[in-house]
Amino acid sequence: MEKSTFIALLPAIPLFSFLVLALFGNKLSRKATGFIGAGSIGIVALLTLIIATEFFHSLPQIKTYTVVVWEWINAGNLKVNISFSLDSLSLVFCFVITFVGFLIHLYSIAFMAKDEGIKRFFAYMNLFVASMLILVLADNILLLYLGWEGVGLCSYLLIGFWYKEPANGYAARKAFIITRIGDTAMIIGIFILFITFGTVNIHELMQLASAKWASGSSIAVITAALLLCGALGKSAQLPLQTWLPDAMAGPSPVSALIHAATMVTAGVYLIARTNMLFSLAPVVQFAIAIIGALTLLIAGFSALAQHDLKRILAYSTISQIGYMFLALGVGAWSAAIFHFMIHAFFKALLFLGAGVVILVLDEEHDIFKMGGLRKKMPVVFWTFLIGSASLSALPLITAGFYSKDQILWFAYSSESGSLWLWIAGIVGAFLTALYSFRMIFIVFFGESKTLPSFNAGKLMTVPLVILAVLSLIGGFVELPESFGNFHPFSKLIENVLPVVLIKDIGNLEILFQLLSAVIALTGVYLAYIIYFKKPSLSASFNHSHLNRFFEKGWGFDKLYDTLIVVPVVWLSEIDKNDFFDWMNIGLSKLALLLNSLFSITQNGKLRWYLMSFVIGIAFILTFMLYK
Amino acid sequence: MILFYLIAILLGGAFLSWMAGRLSAALPRIISLVALTADLILIVAFVLQLDTLNNKWLVDLNADWIPKFGISFHLALDGLSLLMLILTFFLGIISIIISWKEIKVRVGFFHFNLLLILAGIIGVFLSLDLFLFYFFWELMLVPMYFLIGIWGHEKRIAASFKFFLYTQASGLLMFIAILALYFVHGRSTGVYTFDYMQLLGTQMGYTTELLIMLGFLAAFLVKLPVVPLHNWLPDAHSEAPTAGSLILAALLLKTGAYGLLRFVVPLFPSASVSFAPIGMLLGVVGILYGAKLAFAQTDLKRLVAYTSVSHMGFVILGVFSFNEIAYQGVVMQMIAHAISTGALFILAGQLYERTHTRDLNKMGGLWETAPVMGAVGLIFAMASLGLPGLGNFIAELLILLGAFKANVFMSCLASVGLIAATIYSLRIVQKIFLGKKITDWKFNDLTIREKIVSASLVIIIVWLGIFPRTVLNTAKPALQKTLEVQKENNNDNNKTESILDLRFKN
Repeated sequence: MEKSTFIALLPAIPLFSFLVLALFGNKLSRKATGFIGAGSIGIVALLTLIIATEFFHSLPQIKTYTVVVWEWINAGNLKVNISFSLDSLSLVFCFVITFVGFLIHLYSIAFMAKDEGIKRFFAYMNLFVASMLILVLADNILLLYLGWEGVGLCSYLLIGFWYKEPANGYAARKAFIITRIGDTAMIIGIFILFITFGTVNIHELMQLASAKWASGSSIAVITAALLLCGALGKSAQLPLQTWLPDAMAGPSPVSALIHAATMVTAGVYLIARTNMLFSLAPVVQFAIAIIGALTLLIAGFSALAQHDLKRILAYSTISQIGYMFLALGVGAWSAAIFHFMIHAFFKALLFLGAGVVILVLDEEHDIFKMGGLRKKMPVVFWTFLIGSASLSALPLITAGFYSKDQILWFAYSSESGSLWLWIAGIVGAFLTALYSFRMIFIVFFGESKTLPSFNAGKLMTVPLVILAVLSLIGGFVELPESFGNFHPFSKLIENVLPVVLIKDIGNLEILFQLLSAVIALTGVYLAYIIYFKKPSLSASFNHSHLNRFFEKGWGFDKLYDTLIVVPVVWLSEIDKNDFFDWMNIGLSKLALLLNSLFSITQNGKLRWYLMSFVIGIAFILTFMLYK
Repeated sequence: MILFYLIAILLGGAFLSWMAGRLSAALPRIISLVALTADLILIVAFVLQLDTLNNKWLVDLNADWIPKFGISFHLALDGLSLLMLILTFFLGIISIIISWKEIKVRVGFFHFNLLLILAGIIGVFLSLDLFLFYFFWELMLVPMYFLIGIWGHEKRIAASFKFFLYTQASGLLMFIAILALYFVHGRSTGVYTFDYMQLLGTQMGYTTELLIMLGFLAAFLVKLPVVPLHNWLPDAHSEAPTAGSLILAALLLKTGAYGLLRFVVPLFPSASVSFAPIGMLLGVVGILYGAKLAFAQTDLKRLVAYTSVSHMGFVILGVFSFNEIAYQGVVMQMIAHAISTGALFILAGQLYERTHTRDLNKMGGLWETAPVMGAVGLIFAMASLGLPGLGNFIAELLILLGAFKANVFMSCLASVGLIAATIYSLRIVQKIFLGKKITDWKFNDLTIREKIVSASLVIIIVWLGIFPRTVLNTAKPALQKTLEVQKENNNDNNKTESILDLRFKN
């Protein structure tokens, strides 16, 4: 067997375990369910490791492994295979999906132990991993779309996992429908690509596009914009971001895996994968940077105003993906992927930590009803602290510092970068530190308000510890030029993605780093003052109108409700009975009317008949005589 | 002769069932099942022994019927009709199985009608003589009228009337058109014949061609149906017994689509092209208007009926795109929609059997009671919204892609239908299976018999989604031929230009 055929096993294994759980789930014990559900992802993680070693060995001669599994569609000139290809970009994604995925699956065994739907849960989770792997391994854009919709389905199923609560169903549908709006734009973009170039293979498409389309040509701009719509929906960026905070209705491991670490970064993957197309459409690429900058600010302010622990993290995720989009927009491709990986570590950690907190406090989500948990649950506290530190990009010791700092630097220094983008990024960084440590101080310090009902077991804490370690040391795979100057990660990524182009502005990087370090630390200090030392300082803001505005996500939900939902519902209500049916009703009424009219003539009176007979003859005779 | 046997077995089975119905209730069921299974085995065995599927006609049966008027008993099978035949026999078997417990009165007569409809349907799929075709077209109608009128729900009489009038009126228009074509061809060549092969390429003026085509279109578009001629469908579907709804949605509608591909496009090459912008517009209107109404319905069967209107809009859009990708999509849509909508009607039937209501507002939270039923419902709701991996996605993808080649604007508008489908499909799942329980019903999940039916449908819809080439390769020669004939005989392409025509220009 060719070595490259192994990559087809990556999605195949979780797909198989999904089938086993879906078909024979009710015959399995809870233990067996967890074992199959998490075990299959463990095997895939190991397999990824083996493939990665092999891949590193064959670098730099072979940069892509490809395997064709079967012919999928063959209609007219459309020929599509089920075929996978693996390069350094997909390898990084596979690594995050399988390893972080495995840790989250392990955690879920304990988290879902008492839930009656555990089989359904693991089945959906396995299906998700399979779809996500298909998405990042697909070598053609239609197969990518299959994975893309597959993860959307799993997201829908898992947000609405506790289906008895109607609000959860609403959140699930909202997520599905909003992302589908983006997806529909994306599929039109795919149509244009196929019809113009006659292929759906991503690599060929990109080569052909850069050969045949002029930079800035309208068709390139339209196509890139359409694909971007898909990415915006999936990655919850402005203006399609409103579904993600509500998606927190799902179980915490779901939020960790799907709505933080992997699926929501699919948009980042798509843009990185089709980067050549975006290079041909500089307007669109610049729009990505602007959207990223705006999103990270808007979501940052919203995170600061939330009361629900998971919603804070949700807005934080939107904001951090905003950073990735900012990086993509300024052409800092590898920086975006680097931040994706580090973000997956610390955000999964934070969601899993939040999951433990919420679970032991009996489904308490409000941070103001928590407090003083530092002593009661030390492991969770320390790991959560590390996660928050990494999220706030505390200098030197956390991985988040290295990844975010790179983005901030390129936001200014890259060729399409600007001071304004950097300012947005740095304000966002300040907000991030502030809201992260707001969580820490309110949840873990101060007096305790709710007591934990039990202690989390090893199966839950071990993944936390591992992710905490990764959130600290993960950044050392890429050190800035100002110190260390160590770049294995970007070297790996640059096998696939272009190198970032830097303006000639001299060696200012160290200055920018100092500045962002100071900003982050200031944010932490301010959080310490206003949320711990003197809570009265933040109390007045907590009840202001501005705070409510931020908390409600800047009114986007309300806007969309009035602009779209209400008219659509109205439209369907007014014509429930299908006004075309009046045509039929009218016709039958007419027939009845004619019937009653003509039946007047059938009155049974002989002279009446005779009379009309005579008149008839008179008519005919007159007609014949005068013709 | 195999084609003759296929029809004869069904007709024989029909009369036997009717007579056997006097003896016992089980006998007609068994006879019908045997007849349909025999047909299915016969056709599959026949295809398996063929060396290639690439011939235009896999088998051709041409016998004189009324030679004086140029009427012959001409049946022929190609890839397209082969697919339709297999679909018909398979869903025929399914409809017998699902009626096993549902139909309790006049069982013999029920199966008589059922088999008669199926015989009519396969006759339509096989006829290459227009007179014979019209004969089979009418043969489908009357037994369906009985099926709805006798075994239907509360408002069955009105619904069956509506169905009959719509179909009969439009069928008559087609008959006039057939006669017109017969005479036009006879006058220009001296050969008076109803034979399809000879009528292909008939020379006629543009206006004549257009008028005759409109007669054919009337019958096919009503059957399909197209908005605004769709009103018979929600009533007929929701009032028919489950097997009736299944056959209506899965097979009868497809005869309209088949008619467009087999007759309208090749027989009227220029007129159909000039009709294309209107045709595509009708398709888009159907997609969006059907979806909009589906969203508003509270009666489950009515809702599914309107989704049919929406999905058949894709068929019209595809037919008037005139390229191979779109045509492959149309064939795929005919099959995938038959399976997925059929499955949803079966689900509605199963729910009605247990709860005695079709009102969505009384349902809710049923996943807990019947998880297997929920999973099946979920899968087919996903099929209906076009989730990749299931057959409907391939169909809609190919149609939209083909339509995009022909008319960018229409294709983009039709794509909005994907979002609309998401909204109504998720609503189905939510209203029935999720949320709080509105009524506390206690009932059993699917029985073994029902599980077998659902499982087979699930397997097929997944198969179509991941191995669509089974269907695509079978239909390919027939569709290519259709397009060739259309292109050959279309002498003026200039008429295609119109305001609505926004071809994709690179």
